[in-house]
Amino acid sequence: MGSLQLNSLIKQFGKNTDGRIAVNDISLEVTQGEMVGIIGKSGAGKSTLLRMINRLVEPTSGSISFDGTDITSLKGKALKKWRSECAMIFQQFHLIDRLDVLTNVLTGTLGRRYNILNLLKIFPKEEKINALKALHNLLGKTLQRVETLSGGEQQRVAIARALMQKPKILLADEPISSLDPKNSKIVMDDIKKINNEEGITVICNLHSLEVAKQYSKRLIGLSEGKIVFDGPPENLTQELSQELYDLENE
Amino acid sequence: MNNILENYSKNYSEQIKKRRFWNIFIVLGLFVAILISSSIIDLNMTRIASGIPRLGNYIAKILPNLDTNLLFANSQIEGSVPYWYFNFKKYIVLLYETFNMAVLSTLFGFVFALLLSFFSARNITPNVLSFFFVKRFLEFLRGVPEIIFAILFVWALGVGPLAGIIAMTIHTTGALGKLFSEVHENAELKSCEAIRSAGGGWVPEMRYGVLPQVLPNIISYALLRFEINIRASTVIGFVGAGGIGQELYLVINFNYYEEVSAIILLIILTVITIDITSGALRQRIIKGAHD
Repeated sequence: MGSLQLNSLIKQFGKNTDGRIAVNDISLEVTQGEMVGIIGKSGAGKSTLLRMINRLVEPTSGSISFDGTDITSLKGKALKKWRSECAMIFQQFHLIDRLDVLTNVLTGTLGRRYNILNLLKIFPKEEKINALKALHNLLGKTLQRVETLSGGEQQRVAIARALMQKPKILLADEPISSLDPKNSKIVMDDIKKINNEEGITVICNLHSLEVAKQYSKRLIGLSEGKIVFDGPPENLTQELSQELYDLENE
Repeated sequence: MNNILENYSKNYSEQIKKRRFWNIFIVLGLFVAILISSSIIDLNMTRIASGIPRLGNYIAKILPNLDTNLLFANSQIEGSVPYWYFNFKKYIVLLYETFNMAVLSTLFGFVFALLLSFFSARNITPNVLSFFFVKRFLEFLRGVPEIIFAILFVWALGVGPLAGIIAMTIHTTGALGKLFSEVHENAELKSCEAIRSAGGGWVPEMRYGVLPQVLPNIISYALLRFEINIRASTVIGFVGAGGIGQELYLVINFNYYEEVSAIILLIILTVITIDITSGALRQRIIKGAHD
C-alpha cells in the first residue's frame, strides 16, 4: 500500500552526445510512511530526482510508479492529481512574496477547483479553516505579506501549503539550506512530525549529513547520478561519507 | 609574465583599432544616408528660412486681442477673456468627451493587452504557436497608426467619438501588450513552479505566480499610456473621431483665429494637469512596489 517505485530512471540534460547525465539509472522503492534522507554533494542529481518524482522534470527514460499506477505516463487531469498528492517544498520556499500568508497557503488547493473560481480568488470556507489549522503556529501573521516574514517562517508557510494538498508523499528539496540552525531545527521537526503523525512518506534532500542521520532511519547516498549507498545511517562508513561529500582528507 | 602582458596589450590595441574602423565606417554611412534622404525629401534651407516668419505670422494671428483694462468684462465686450472664450461651455463638453475617449480606450486596451500578454511572453506562453501568432497580432495592432484606424472607423461608423475610441483601443492593446509581455518576461518564476508542483494548471500559475508580481509595473505602464492617449485623442478628432480635436480642426479650417488659441490653451492645460497627477500616481505605485 502506497509504495513508490523508481525503475532505472535516467535524466540527461542537453543533446545525446555531450549532454550532462544528472540521474543515471536509479532504481529504488520507498514504502508508505518512510522518512528517507537523500544525501550527496551539490550536482549529484538529488534535486533532479525529486523533481522527476513530481514530474516537474521529465525523465529521459525509466519509469516511476505509485501503488501500481504508472506515474511517468500521466497527462492532464491525472497528472495534476498526482502532483497535488505529491507535495513539494523548496530551498528558497517559492512563495508568492506579494500575497498574504493565508492566500499563499490556500494556493496548495488550486489544483482541486475550477479555474474561474481560482481567477477570482474565491476559496471555500472549509479550505480557509483548514489553512488556518495548518498555520497553527503562525496565526498572528496570517494576513501579512509573505515577504515580511523571516526565512524560517516562510518555510513553515510553504509546509502549510504542502499540507493543504492532502499529500501522500512530501518531497523536500534542501528545505533548510537557506535557514539558520535554530530555524533549521524547527523546520526539520515539523517535517518529522508530519511523517510521524500523519503517516505521510517524506523524501528529503539534505546537504548536511548530521541532520540527515538525525532525522531519517534510511539514507540514500547519490554520487554523479548513481546510488552509492542505501541503508540505515549506522551502516554508512567514514570512507563512504567522505566520498559522498568529496571531503578532502590529506 | 611580461610576455603575457605584452600579448594582452597587443590584442587590446588590435581590438581597439578594429572597433575604430567600424565606428568611422558607421558614421560615414550615416552621413551618406542623411545626404541621400535630404535630397529625396527636398530639404531646402532657403525655403525653411523664408517659411519661419510665416509661422510667426500665424501665431500672431491666433493670439487673442486682450485689453488689460477690460480683461474681466462680460462676453459682449471685445478684448475681455469671456469674449475670447465665448464658447467655453462647448469646449468643456468636448474636452470632457476627449477625456472620456482616452479613459475608455485605455481601459479596454488594458484588459485586452493583459489577456494577450500572457501568450506573447516567451517564458510563460502555453505554447510556441500561440506565442508566435499573438506576438505578430500585437505587432499589427500597434504597427498601424491610430489615425489610420480612426479614418477607417469614421468611414464605417460615421463621425463621432465611437470611431476614436475603437481606433485608440486597438493601438493601446498593441502597445501595452508588448510592454506587458516584456514585464512578464522579467518575472521570477519560482512561485509558478510551486503552483505547478501542487497540481495547479497554467491559469492559476499566471493568476498567482505571475500577476501579483507584475501588477505594479503593469499599472504604471497603463497610466503612462493614459497620458499618451489624452494627447492622441485630441489629434484623432481631426479626422472626425469626436472630441475637442474635431472642433479644433473646424476652427482652423474656418480661420476662426482666436478660437484656435483658446482651444489649444485649454488642451495644453488639460494635458499638463493629467500628466502631473498621473505621474505622481505612478511614482507612488512604483515606490509602493519596492516597500
